[in-house]
Amino acid sequence: MSSASNHTPPSGLAAWLTSETPHSRGHAKCVQLYLGWLSLARNPLAMLGLAIVLILIAAALLAPWIAPYDPISQDLHRRLLPPGTDGNLLGTDELGRDILSRLLYGSRITLYVVALVVVTAPVAGLIVGTVAGYAGGWLDVVLMRLTDIFLAFPRLVLALAFVAALGPGIENAVLAIALTSWPPYARIARAETLTIRNSDFISAIRLQGATAPRIVIGHVMPLCLSSVIVRVTLDMAGIILTAAGLGFLGLGAQPPQPEWGAMISTGRMFILDQWWVAAMPGLAIFTVSLGFNLLGDGLRDALDPRAGR
Amino acid sequence: MSLNGSTARGRRAWLSSRSGAFKTARLLLSLAVTMLGLLMITFVIGRVMPIDPVLSVVGERASNEVYEATRKAMGLDQPIIIQFFNYIREVLTGNFGKSLLTSRPVIEDIARVFPATLELATVATILGVFFGVPAGVIAAVNQGRWPDQIVRLIGLFGYSMPIFWLGLMGLLIFYGKLDWVAGPGRLDIFFEGIVPQVTGVILIDSLLAGEPEIFWNALSHIILPASVLGYYSLAYISRMTRSFMLEQLAQEYMTTARVKGLSELAVIWRHALGNVMVPLVTVIALSYANLLEGSVLTEIVFAWPGIGFYITNALLAADMNAVLGGTVVVGLVFVGLNLLSDLLYRVFDPRARSGEE
Repeated sequence: MSSASNHTPPSGLAAWLTSETPHSRGHAKCVQLYLGWLSLARNPLAMLGLAIVLILIAAALLAPWIAPYDPISQDLHRRLLPPGTDGNLLGTDELGRDILSRLLYGSRITLYVVALVVVTAPVAGLIVGTVAGYAGGWLDVVLMRLTDIFLAFPRLVLALAFVAALGPGIENAVLAIALTSWPPYARIARAETLTIRNSDFISAIRLQGATAPRIVIGHVMPLCLSSVIVRVTLDMAGIILTAAGLGFLGLGAQPPQPEWGAMISTGRMFILDQWWVAAMPGLAIFTVSLGFNLLGDGLRDALDPRAGR
Repeated sequence: MSLNGSTARGRRAWLSSRSGAFKTARLLLSLAVTMLGLLMITFVIGRVMPIDPVLSVVGERASNEVYEATRKAMGLDQPIIIQFFNYIREVLTGNFGKSLLTSRPVIEDIARVFPATLELATVATILGVFFGVPAGVIAAVNQGRWPDQIVRLIGLFGYSMPIFWLGLMGLLIFYGKLDWVAGPGRLDIFFEGIVPQVTGVILIDSLLAGEPEIFWNALSHIILPASVLGYYSLAYISRMTRSFMLEQLAQEYMTTARVKGLSELAVIWRHALGNVMVPLVTVIALSYANLLEGSVLTEIVFAWPGIGFYITNALLAADMNAVLGGTVVVGLVFVGLNLLSDLLYRVFDPRARSGEE
């Protein structure tokens, strides 16, 4: 994560990145990022998690080039071949489709779901939480009550009900997951805001005449960001598992899309004789969520040493 | 609630002086608001769905007059706010409408399937506590050493594994290959319907009826899904036990107990764990509530006729009454269990009783 900038380092990039007297705001930020990275890099499990996540991203980007077959082209002569068969490393499914290729393409769907949830739910939670925390009064009561109500439902059941109303499909699954996963972020953001809002620098900004929206957006939200980011990384595994669960129930991505949860669902029919059809996509989900969990734990330890023990 | 300055302090003092009744009232009020919100969400979901509820009752070929009459009879011609109040009234009297799938009242269906979920979740929680608490204690005592790492890894795997996949793999190995346990369902088919339904929980009903054979059969059916589900509560319970224990182990009374000459076993398992039990009870209640969620997917994999199985099947058949009714009931139980964990904490921890909130 070496960050280039318009400042030329006096004696090497490393010296510039560890400088104790940053020249500018940008420089200070780079130093901070670099130090954070160093403490993350000391944690081998977190590095393993990062590697898994990077492999997932690489697989999604490069799927058309590295996948040996087309993920939806069928070949009924080669159906249900066991793993290790010549040409089909992980075997084939009931329609003769190569499981490895489907997994590689499926990583795109997984990433797509995660990305969509990540750009919606935490943002919504951040807005609700900071506004509630900063405004206080009745607005706080109403918004937090709303948050509690959403928290009062088991997530998957609520997502099920939403998907039932909206109809199955990957976008609706994303919407359902996002609608059910914003409340914890709102809670976190509010708690952070409550500690920030009475600090001196906020008073100073207020005395300079800054409006409430400006303070919230420009000064409170950035400070809440790091704890929200940590929580997001920790939640990603949960998002992947929920999405896979919806896919498994037939409510997420629709066939013939190679979604991992849906693949397990079809593999269920052959579980006792052709176990690999269900086992392989499950292993993929497991590995990827493990990667996100390890990375999230590491990030939490690096960014917020108080929380983890 | 943010009130500023002296008025807030005055009010707080007043509040704690009349603690008991007032707190209960406030708790009930907040509970009522949560319930109302819950119903509002399900109501909105019921209204935004693309399926026309009238059409699903009268059928495609009904004439316009019949359609309008039914619409009126169902109260769908009234303003949305009136409809909402009607909905609340219906729900409060336990009327969730009729299920399209079973053509019985939804509430009856739920009463029939709910004990199965309860049975599964209870056995799972027992397993989770039985293995999770000792695992957490051992991890805390060996903080940073290999037993700690192993427990952490087991927990991490639990958080990362898709539960339905774990269930399928369990079926493959323990039912398909090893034949140690019985397959999907609650009972073997020839045992079905022999035991009279008293509690709805087969493990209890079979014992009440004096049918040990059925009891063992039911046990061999429940053990795998309950273990799968219990693994998830184990992950959570062991993690929480570990962090509570670490807190206690650092206290001075631990040294006192050791100086008194108590064995290490007594110090850890009686003194430290004893103090951990209070917060642990609330954690266990919470994990019980979370199992409701995990049970949806587990029930599908094991064809376990509980509420998750019911909701999902209703969903796939576009049976909205059943879906929303089931969602409301699950939500209510979830809220109830959360409340229970809160109350248990107050009952067991004297500090929480005297201090404010």
